[in-house]
Amino acid sequence: MDLQGKKVTVHDMCLRDGMHPKRHQITVDEMVTISKALDDAGVPLIEVTHGDGLGGASVNYGFPAASDEEYLTAVCKEMNNAKISALLLPGIGTVDHLKMAVDCGISTIRVATHCTEADVSEQHLTMAKSIDNLDTVGFLMMAHMIEAEDLVVQLKMMEDFGANCVYITDSAGYMLPDDVTARIALARAELKPETELGFHGHHNMAMGVANSIAAVAAGANRIDGSLAGLGAGAGNTPLEVFVAVCDRMGIETGIDTFKAMDIAEDLIVPMMDHMVRVDRDALTLGYAGVYSSFLLFAKRSAEKYNLSTRDILVELGRRRTVGGQEDMIEDLALDMAKAQGTLKT
Amino acid sequence: MGNKIRAAIIGPGNIGTDLLIKAQRSQVIEPVWMVGVDPESPGLARAAELGLNTTAEGVEGMLPTMKADGVQICFDATSAYVHAENSRKVNDQGAVMIDLTPAAIGPFCVPPVNLDAAVSQRAMNVNMVTCGGQATIPLVAAVSRVQEVVYGEIVATVSSKSAGPGTRKNIDEFTRTTAKGIEVCGGAHRGKAIIVINPAEPPLIMRDTVHCLTQEEPNQEAITQSVLEMIKEVQQYVPGYTLKNGPVFDGKRVSIYMEVEGLGDFLPKYAGNLDIMTAAGLRTAEMYAEEILAGRFVPATE
Repeated sequence: MDLQGKKVTVHDMCLRDGMHPKRHQITVDEMVTISKALDDAGVPLIEVTHGDGLGGASVNYGFPAASDEEYLTAVCKEMNNAKISALLLPGIGTVDHLKMAVDCGISTIRVATHCTEADVSEQHLTMAKSIDNLDTVGFLMMAHMIEAEDLVVQLKMMEDFGANCVYITDSAGYMLPDDVTARIALARAELKPETELGFHGHHNMAMGVANSIAAVAAGANRIDGSLAGLGAGAGNTPLEVFVAVCDRMGIETGIDTFKAMDIAEDLIVPMMDHMVRVDRDALTLGYAGVYSSFLLFAKRSAEKYNLSTRDILVELGRRRTVGGQEDMIEDLALDMAKAQGTLKT
Repeated sequence: MGNKIRAAIIGPGNIGTDLLIKAQRSQVIEPVWMVGVDPESPGLARAAELGLNTTAEGVEGMLPTMKADGVQICFDATSAYVHAENSRKVNDQGAVMIDLTPAAIGPFCVPPVNLDAAVSQRAMNVNMVTCGGQATIPLVAAVSRVQEVVYGEIVATVSSKSAGPGTRKNIDEFTRTTAKGIEVCGGAHRGKAIIVINPAEPPLIMRDTVHCLTQEEPNQEAITQSVLEMIKEVQQYVPGYTLKNGPVFDGKRVSIYMEVEGLGDFLPKYAGNLDIMTAAGLRTAEMYAEEILAGRFVPATE
């Protein structure tokens, strides 16, 4: 595979997807310290938002240590070269949140929907496109659930609404490299040549780096990663590993590999509440095709109702749940506990 | 037919058609007009077959004769963007507007919570909040009538097939309007609404989760009792309104897990989200009709 000289924009996730394993408790100070270090290491784009996007503060997903506005305001003003992005899931956040984030100084907005529901992003992508110099990205989650042909229809919809970049997102960490290749290659062939194409991986099957390289080989030019993998489930594609692999392959990221390694080891790992790794339950997410941020919710319900986390996750996969259905987890756990006779009804 | 109030349905889509079928069973409402904008609309054709007057010219097409046709109640099942204009036009002709869009220019109406109040205000425009609001606000109110709810949050999960283009284009209006309804009708100090669309096959039945955070420790017995009573109220017009789990008490969090199955009139049963809207809209219209028939209320131009 010759990818020598290929340029890739690496987008860091540890301050957004990384909010999931931190139960959204990353402090403003930690956000500022880490984003400054990322900026210094040459990471061009950093996402800063509640794990479930703007407006994600809720009983359902968790209340964060600070508001999106506080995080974004604090981080944006400290950046020298890096740009800041925010995530928005229609149905959770609104264009009001989008405008707030723009006022805070973001330069990229990513509008995320389930892979079959791109049309709910019309309001938000249209609005984003109308804002001068706002990098407007469409983000299709749980992209393993549909075939490449169907996915491209949805990506094109986002392109039509105004996205200058679209993402194929492996929210469940389910995909294997061939799955990524098929989807990215078809998207690259069908989308406008000027539309950028990205891949967001999760490491639940330990495929984060391999999948990201497959994506680059098939035509993606933006790759999401997270230092030390800090992200939902077994985490995102570990950014420092991806960058090191890119160095070896001659793919240009503009990131200082040793600095990235140091931030991962010295700043990120020490702040983890638990080791973000491919443990039994995270592996189950990837194996069963379940939205990665369900992990801690399933663990909590398993503990509360005396069930196996893996059983809950497998059942969530069987029911084809999608991102955002965290409320289903306790409901399902109650049903399972009733069924096994450990809960009085 | 002398003791029925005549009504028009604006919007011959899924909601409008389901509403038509329900309205035809009503003892006090007689649907006489179906208003659309697309001459090819199957909903208009169906309404014409059922003997209604139809137009594909929008509300303009009905205005010249609606007064002569005796239309005193209109339902708007179009979209938030065109609602204000529709409402102004029919109000000018002396008809009450029942708004099934999330436009929310009139007072909110969630039948088991505040239908009496809405009707006694004699409002010429009432808003049915949103599907998620109709499914969840009664339960927020069931908790808040027992004790202070500082925060009410609802998560509505609907099947892809039941989320039409209007909802999809209006998704922000859904979250905003529902959140406001949780506060205004539900009685929570602060409201938050989330909607999730799931494409699974076979389509999932509408699911709703209600989370309330109470000011003081929740009175478990009183809240459980109040929630069960409220569910019975809603079941009077949506029989498939079902408690799945809860109320779950966890510190000051009260969580209620619901499923809403529709009657399956025109819409499939899984689309409980749409059914609860049409059922609530009709319930509201019937209350108005009863007031008009009893001579207690005369709709008038403003």
